[in-house]
Amino acid sequence: MLWEIDIHPAEGQPDLVANSIRGDAPDLGLQQAFGVRAARGYLIEGSFTRDQVEKIAEQLFADPVVEKTVIGPAGDSIFDTGSNGSQVVHVLPKPGVTDAVAESAEKAMLDLGLTPVGVRTFQKYWIDNLDPPEVNFLCEKLLANDSIEEVRKGQLDLSELGHGAAYDFELKTVEFTNATEEQLLEINSNGQLSLNLEELLTIQEHYRELEREPTDIELETIAQTWSEHCSHKTLAGRIEYRDENGTVHFDNMLKETIFQSTVDLMEEFGEANWCVSVFKDNAGIVEFDDRFNIAFKVETHNRPSAIEPYGGANTGIGGVIRDTLGTGLGAKPICNTDVFCFADPRTDSREVPPGILHPRRVMKGVVAGVRDYGNRMGIPTVNGAIYFDDRYIGNPLVFCGNVGILPKDKSFKEPQPGDRIVSIGGKTGRDGIHGATFSSDTLNTDSEKVSGGAVQIGNAITEKMVADVLIQARDRNLYNAVTDCGAGGFSSAVGEMGEEIGAEVWLDQAPLKYDGLTYTEIWISEAQERMVFAVPEKNVEEMIRLCESENVQADVIGEFVPGGKLTLKYQGQVVGELSMKFLHDGRPPTVRQAVYQPPAEQPVSASSTDFGADLEKILSSLNVASKEWVIRQYDHEVQAGSVIKPLVGAENDGPGDAAVVRPCLDSRRGVVISNGMNPHFGDFDTYHMAASGIDEAIRNCVAVGADPNRIAILDNFCWGNTDRPEMLGSLTRAAIACRDMARQYKTPFISGKDSLKNEFMDRETNRRIAIPPTLLISAMGQVDSIDQCVTMDLKKAGNALFLIGATRNEMGGSHWSIINDEKGGCVPRVDAERAKRLYDSVHQTIVHGWIRSCHDLSEGGLAACLAEMAFAGMLGVDVDLSDMAIDDQPQPDNLVRLFSESNSRFVCEVAPENIELFQQGFSEEAITRIGTVTDSESFRISDQTTVLIDTNIRQLKNCWQSVLAW
Amino acid sequence: MATPKALIVRAPGTNCDVETSHAFELAGAETEVMHINRLLENPALGKQYQMLCIPGGFSYGDDIGAGRIFANQFRLFLDELIHDFKASQKLILGICNGFQVLMKSGALFDSPDQQATLTWNESGMYYDRWVNLAIANDHCVFLSGISEMYLPIAHAEGRFVAASEETLAHLTDQHQLPLCYSAGDGTVTGEKLEFPHNPNGSMANIAGMCDPSGRIFGLMPHPERYLDRTQHPHWTRKPEIEVGDGLAIFRNAVQAFA
Repeated sequence: MLWEIDIHPAEGQPDLVANSIRGDAPDLGLQQAFGVRAARGYLIEGSFTRDQVEKIAEQLFADPVVEKTVIGPAGDSIFDTGSNGSQVVHVLPKPGVTDAVAESAEKAMLDLGLTPVGVRTFQKYWIDNLDPPEVNFLCEKLLANDSIEEVRKGQLDLSELGHGAAYDFELKTVEFTNATEEQLLEINSNGQLSLNLEELLTIQEHYRELEREPTDIELETIAQTWSEHCSHKTLAGRIEYRDENGTVHFDNMLKETIFQSTVDLMEEFGEANWCVSVFKDNAGIVEFDDRFNIAFKVETHNRPSAIEPYGGANTGIGGVIRDTLGTGLGAKPICNTDVFCFADPRTDSREVPPGILHPRRVMKGVVAGVRDYGNRMGIPTVNGAIYFDDRYIGNPLVFCGNVGILPKDKSFKEPQPGDRIVSIGGKTGRDGIHGATFSSDTLNTDSEKVSGGAVQIGNAITEKMVADVLIQARDRNLYNAVTDCGAGGFSSAVGEMGEEIGAEVWLDQAPLKYDGLTYTEIWISEAQERMVFAVPEKNVEEMIRLCESENVQADVIGEFVPGGKLTLKYQGQVVGELSMKFLHDGRPPTVRQAVYQPPAEQPVSASSTDFGADLEKILSSLNVASKEWVIRQYDHEVQAGSVIKPLVGAENDGPGDAAVVRPCLDSRRGVVISNGMNPHFGDFDTYHMAASGIDEAIRNCVAVGADPNRIAILDNFCWGNTDRPEMLGSLTRAAIACRDMARQYKTPFISGKDSLKNEFMDRETNRRIAIPPTLLISAMGQVDSIDQCVTMDLKKAGNALFLIGATRNEMGGSHWSIINDEKGGCVPRVDAERAKRLYDSVHQTIVHGWIRSCHDLSEGGLAACLAEMAFAGMLGVDVDLSDMAIDDQPQPDNLVRLFSESNSRFVCEVAPENIELFQQGFSEEAITRIGTVTDSESFRISDQTTVLIDTNIRQLKNCWQSVLAW
Repeated sequence: MATPKALIVRAPGTNCDVETSHAFELAGAETEVMHINRLLENPALGKQYQMLCIPGGFSYGDDIGAGRIFANQFRLFLDELIHDFKASQKLILGICNGFQVLMKSGALFDSPDQQATLTWNESGMYYDRWVNLAIANDHCVFLSGISEMYLPIAHAEGRFVAASEETLAHLTDQHQLPLCYSAGDGTVTGEKLEFPHNPNGSMANIAGMCDPSGRIFGLMPHPERYLDRTQHPHWTRKPEIEVGDGLAIFRNAVQAFA
């Protein structure tokens, strides 16, 4: 029997779900006023009496103080189906979609002594004063997401929950060796393999040599392993790059640029080398202190987030946490960083192309997804950024990062022949089939329909339970290797771990969420929250017992068998056999063309009539404006290591430069996390964009007190379709900049990731929208003692203000240019050697305690920097720019002084008694005294007797805070 | 007397166990973190401890209602242990999710009815922010000698609602509502304060509640997140800060066994 329990807010209690819907609807294009009430509900299948169901409702599902329930057989007339003209809408997760609440409910019912056949949750809405087409619009735009949920109107006419049909085993081979090129391409597209013709021909040749046809699972395995997502075939491939300096040939572009610079630096560091493991494990590892190393990884989860923002972001953060959990022999996650790129959330809903979600809905969903996963995992989200540009409309970007800490002697893994392959955590379902190959394809208006299966929903508590037992198993030395199941599922995890040995996998041994999965689906499913271990046979029992003691699913699914073969079995029968060598080295090399021609520099044509108005406009522009609405939804203090929070200052609301956390509560050593990114500079020159991003990430770290000689960085390239030579050219150019900057700053890259083909094809208008070249640089610094850290808020009236670093006429891509629609100007460049010296000096003065506050100059230049420092500290400033020089320009230019975004600059606040000591730390031309902190709300910048900006810090703060105060 | 022992009980999704254990140790206790399954297998394991703490987190995902599943386990399977703690004048502390668990387990009430609850914040949102707290009475062992505190909250379901005005009056009369959100002036007011002083819309600005004995206490703010001066959001502005406000709660607990 199928019982339904509806749970309503009790009399006098607010209907929060309905309130939120009423708030969001106008932004999504429904202007008409309407009525809505909401309830949440449970469907429970099982032979229960009414009394039992009432007990479940009272003791488990509803809160008797603030909620009331309605109970009956599903669809019974006791449920209000619109008695007073309301339209009733139920939203249920589609069969097979993860329903974490239902899973918990099933387990919790066992505590009450009741065993259900199944449980499913739903949301229910009563909508008034809308016509049916408008109700459909509301369902589509707000209440449900077709890729994971179904909408049922009126009565809920269900009598049972679907549990999947049994699977009848049948081995499938594919007619491949005699196929024509057209037929190969057809096999490729029908199977969503995302291979190119050359790769298909190579596979064909391989099977001709073997004198047999491939099985379906073999083709899938090859496709997953060779996918862009898993092998980075474009950037790690051969590239012929041409720009104004000539032509360069790369055999492996990433290896010869970014990776090579790290290798060179490690050599240069010699005995003092502090890089432990770079570009090979799931995350990069560096030394932290005598006991521990730290690992850092940032991943993207763009395509899934475009289709289902909540689930995509949710599993994005879940995935990157598993990356650090699966680094070395397992690192304990200590903090998250999240960076997003969206189109303007205020976009008119009529201008959103069909087939894609409104940017406001994407943003809200992504933020909620990251929030719910990170908070539940108990990992503080301490740093992040949100960047807005309308070219992200079809391809929002979601970067999720995680830092982990691990004992020094647990930093390397090596599976041994004979080790059992043990899978722990989530069960396997159809979730995310074809995620790896899907993220290597371009999105289009049909994407939502075709690729819905590629969206996964996470269950953070399952992952938290995995993390809890993983650390215990690590410390008991129960296994030789661990890795996460990410894109490609078991196929990638086992394939990578067994690359040097060989492996045999017993697919029927994997625990399933429901019946009906084929052996191939089991192998490539991207069901979440699974980790794979290489466990010596003697430890298997203890490993499984440990997992059972905390209710974590654990199963032996195979063995690492020497011989260099990957053998896949189902119920004892071989369904696939591949040579590891062919799988990992058989992909044909491709030579790709890459060209870059920087656009010619244009002069700045706009001018300013009111610097104060310009500053207000910059502060209220989306990229600069306060992200407090987002930040406060993240727990940034769990684990109790919070030292510098994302929001700082007298009223806890100023924009901190970087986060500092103390991972070991018995030590004063800190980890610093920051990021740098500026896609607008890429419209000018991707070399300078990359260099600026690196400088920004490093200077943010330095601003709070990080040692500039102990910063490690990560790259994340998100680009348009790199099959086009100019796209690949702009990327290669950025990679070259990364190499150059890393060498000059002596700041090693330790890990990276790329997401290519971020383009959206609007089939209606035939308009192709490529994202701007987007390179995220994430930095992980260290401080010897957290007590030395500084924040950016002004501290005390009477203190002196100094500008550190050189200003040039670099208005290109600046925020002043953006608010004035100015396309000209020179893009900011980086003089890394000069910057490096400056950063060393800044660090020394911070360590000595001579700096009371420090803030880097970025979007909005000096004016925005001073405004943020002032309103964060709730103190005024009196600034005179007459001593401020502009490099290579004898004429003073106040527009440039106020708004140029030249790199490698800070404003520092120095107490009068330390001015002399502070000044001695720098060369004379590196610092300029520009003013004084005042005990007022006045924000005043002048050039001798000419007043440039004269306003009030509350006014500026209000501009900065009101835009995204949702 | 020997060093008192604190048992920190974790469930799937508990995530503040490490720092809570650290807080008890800083205050001078011996601690052990134990999975609830061990205690369910053998409830008598709990008897060797003087203090029991349910730390923050999202026990069982908080999927059905914050703390509900964990609370049912205490109510259905560990009532004897709780009874034993009450009878032998031992202490129980619930922080954030632990408070939600205590509230829904019934351990805080003098009758079988659930007299109050913690439900969704008025905003419908999860918030991490710092709040000012004032102490209404000195009945609760954990709050002894404290007049005000500045501590972080981080929750979505922290709005205190009493079942009725009469219940609220009853709880107040019994000094069971000792911890309130305040406007930073150290005073307790009956008037409901505006956001963000009252961050979740709690009735009577209630942030923490104890049982009639004052020895079982739950609170939404996180005292274990403010032990060190560098955890205060203004520590770079206030060199005079030496120690975090939260430590006093753990010291009071340990002190009770001195």
